[in-house]
Amino acid sequence: MSQQSRALYKTMLHLGKDYPGGYPYFRNKLKNAFMKNSALKDQKEIDSAIARGEFVIKELEALYMLRKYRALKKRYYEE
Amino acid sequence: MSLRILVGVKRVIDYAVKIRVKPDKSGVITEGVKHSMNPFDEIAIEEAVRMKEKKIAKEIVAFSCGPAQCQETLRTALAMGADRGIHVEVAGPQFDTLQPLHISKMLAQLAKDEQIDLIIVGKQAIDDDCNQTAQMTAALLDWPQATSASKIEAKDGSLQVVREIDGGLETIKVKLPTVVSADLRLNEPRYATLPNIMKAKKKPIKKLTPKDLGVDVSPRIEVVTVEEPPVRLAGAKVENVDMMVEKLKALGHA
Repeated sequence: MSQQSRALYKTMLHLGKDYPGGYPYFRNKLKNAFMKNSALKDQKEIDSAIARGEFVIKELEALYMLRKYRALKKRYYEE
Repeated sequence: MSLRILVGVKRVIDYAVKIRVKPDKSGVITEGVKHSMNPFDEIAIEEAVRMKEKKIAKEIVAFSCGPAQCQETLRTALAMGADRGIHVEVAGPQFDTLQPLHISKMLAQLAKDEQIDLIIVGKQAIDDDCNQTAQMTAALLDWPQATSASKIEAKDGSLQVVREIDGGLETIKVKLPTVVSADLRLNEPRYATLPNIMKAKKKPIKKLTPKDLGVDVSPRIEVVTVEEPPVRLAGAKVENVDMMVEKLKALGHA
């Protein structure tokens, strides 16, 4: 595993700790996703896979922010 | 403007966790439960970081009071953009009876020691829901306060703050130095990703005791009992209005 993909994996693993479906579930899915792409050799394909990973990171950050905002809004502010 | 901002951050049980009361009713179960930074404090840190990015602030000091694990919360604050952290260690039973007044006294002393121009804290903590710390700190320092802030603008030596109040929005102007408490809609906090947390490990965290700040943390309250809210009783369905009235009469309500 290259330095870049290892860093991506660690970053995503850290994000998984807040995953609503649970950390074990997330870690499983993440591991499978990376294993599927482990045989990639072409740099362009690797780059696009990493870009996809970064996209997922942004999506997760947005999910977490939205969940938190909605939960707090519901708890503290009268609808 | 080149402000030095002090931000108070509290380590609380994560907002998404289902709270359980201890069987002996002495408190809430915290052992092995996921903790994170109080969401309103995340908003406070975010606002300070944005002010630094806009060159309104020059330094952000994050402060947390509690057991050793508070260092994690401070690390998150540093990862979001604070420059250095201050941890006042209070553990065990003393931590359980810690109140906003104790924290306010610490914040006030730190403001003097570190030459702070602006204190930002979260509006309230999601565990005790006190909404007192900002107000008490301002009173102790004799500084103006802008609480429940949903927008802050810096304008020549003062802040223009929009506050969320019951009737709507109120815009006030407060002279610096001042205390602000962050409300939900002030901003959307950034997520502290792993690379940022790694970089933040180089930032310093100063450890202090309450005595260093001249604050007495002996308990001012005693927790008598902690109980879960009453379980919602099951409802009963009725066929029509007449049956409803009958049921109400039977229960003694009509």
